[in-house]
Amino acid sequence: MSQIETFYEVMRKQGITRRSFMKYCSLTASALGLGPAFVPQIAHAMETKPRTPVIWVNGLECTCCSESFIRGAHPLAKDVVLSMISLDYSETLMAAAGHHAEAALEETIEKYKGNYILAVEGNPPLNEDGMFCIVGGKPFVEQLKHAAQHAKAVISWGACASYGCVQAAKPNPTQATPVHKVITDKPIIKVPGCPPIAEVMTGVITYMLTFDRLPELDRQGRPAMFYGQRIHDKCYRRPHFDAGQFVEHWDDENARKGFCLYKMGCKGPTTYNACSTVRWNEGTSFPIQSGHGCIGCSEDGFWDQGSFYNRVTDLTQFGIEANADKVGMTAAGVVGAGVAAHAAVSALRAAQRKTQDKKEEA
Amino acid sequence: MTEQSIHTPNPDVYPLESSRLTGDATAQDIESIRKRTSVFVYEWPVRLWHWVNALCITVLIATGWLIADPLPTMTFAEATHQFVMGYVRFAHFAAAQILTIGFFGRIYWAIVGNHHARQLFYVPILNKRWWREVVFEIKWYLFLEREPKKYVGHNPLAQIAMFFFMTLGITFMIITGWALYAEGAQAGSLSHNVMGWLIGWVGNTQFLHSVHHLGMWFIVIFMIVHIYAAIREDILSRQSMVSTMISGTRTFKDDRPD
Repeated sequence: MSQIETFYEVMRKQGITRRSFMKYCSLTASALGLGPAFVPQIAHAMETKPRTPVIWVNGLECTCCSESFIRGAHPLAKDVVLSMISLDYSETLMAAAGHHAEAALEETIEKYKGNYILAVEGNPPLNEDGMFCIVGGKPFVEQLKHAAQHAKAVISWGACASYGCVQAAKPNPTQATPVHKVITDKPIIKVPGCPPIAEVMTGVITYMLTFDRLPELDRQGRPAMFYGQRIHDKCYRRPHFDAGQFVEHWDDENARKGFCLYKMGCKGPTTYNACSTVRWNEGTSFPIQSGHGCIGCSEDGFWDQGSFYNRVTDLTQFGIEANADKVGMTAAGVVGAGVAAHAAVSALRAAQRKTQDKKEEA
Repeated sequence: MTEQSIHTPNPDVYPLESSRLTGDATAQDIESIRKRTSVFVYEWPVRLWHWVNALCITVLIATGWLIADPLPTMTFAEATHQFVMGYVRFAHFAAAQILTIGFFGRIYWAIVGNHHARQLFYVPILNKRWWREVVFEIKWYLFLEREPKKYVGHNPLAQIAMFFFMTLGITFMIITGWALYAEGAQAGSLSHNVMGWLIGWVGNTQFLHSVHHLGMWFIVIFMIVHIYAAIREDILSRQSMVSTMISGTRTFKDDRPD
């Protein structure tokens, strides 16, 4: 590795024409919600900046984030994307294995101290000293801390790294812990989703390369440009919601008409993501478009929010099958019965006293 | 002295002792009762707030229920021209805004209004006599006391219920409700600027929906108890209840001093 190539050089080597390159820049600009004035800026950054080294580590996860990432269509096809960022360590994608792979990790950390981005897919389990996830013979939490020590920034890919996802769902036996609770001294960008949308992943990286800073984050540390709005607010079925037209049962006539999936438990109203705008697989579709409600996979603890198929969801604090209505109705029923009984006793007492008073008078 | 009356100045008798100490009665109230057996308690803003609040809560419960569990699907026009869920949500949000303004108005009136306008906003837990009266009221409701006492404002037990169910309950519903509204209003809106912190703090707002829904049941339970107690006391107690919230005047049915 003599000199690090710029993105533009890499892309030209891959046979990308300048015309396609400029197209890519404008597509990226619009994907990031930027005006046309930013296109030259992106092009300039791509032409002059050396590729940012990225270390991609995997903890407790299912690799769906990697699977999503390599299917990125806009900004670019997968091979160019992979060349773009100088992915120096990635267990899933790198050719090296075993000691060579671990050596590459050490070399990158040593060579680009303070300049590389650490991308984390999955999370470290902390129970039993982290023995539930071993990478290169050591607990993953050690590799994570080691790699994060000299990182410029950390990207938490997916629900696992951002919030914990299924392995952190109650009762969380391995004590799987999201990255931001283990690495506390680095800027962390959460890119939640199970998996995140490919274009969101590449978009976040492109933004960081272009402007040399983190994108604007919301209160939960997610890039506001992709996680600033709810699925519900950008859903193409929203008119049916406002009209009060719902799918009542799977496969009913309303389902065929494409009515709102709210009553089927769609979590669109509580989910912040770009699915209803960017969509998936080159903008082909997204869950609601294919007839299934959103399950809220990019939200904190979505496995512990009760059924995917109810709007009034179960509250596990009150037992497995209790939701707000069951709890509330039971309480109101008990109070109502109590009131009725109390009223009856009060009436009896009053009547009794009246007869007593009459007797006394007589 | 067998015929003790509240109208007769009598140095041996301490009129309305329990009410004066714990039932929200002032010296002027006692004087009023001495003269008329009635006392003006609730000024018009308090009464107006009570009924507006009651109406808003009724609308909020009905529409809130229909938001969590919408009406059956109906199609009488194209989706563009049909706004069933939209109107339900509109009613919910409109009632919620009126309730919020009303609640702030009520707090304002607690500051500028008469003595009784403040009773809703505190529980005198450091007052030992008040606790004794709470026990007395509990015994009255458990049929262990033959006769209730006279109170000018809320009785101590009612004060506890008002404070926890209304003052705290409404505050909770306003906070969670506005946070949920802020989600739809989106970042940059007034509601989001004010309540967005809660969205960020709870993380998954499905949780907010659940606790807001539980809060509705909390208020429903209060309504059951409140309406029952008001009617029961109107019949069985020694003072007016329901009409007091209409005219503002508390009338006593007897003129015994306590």
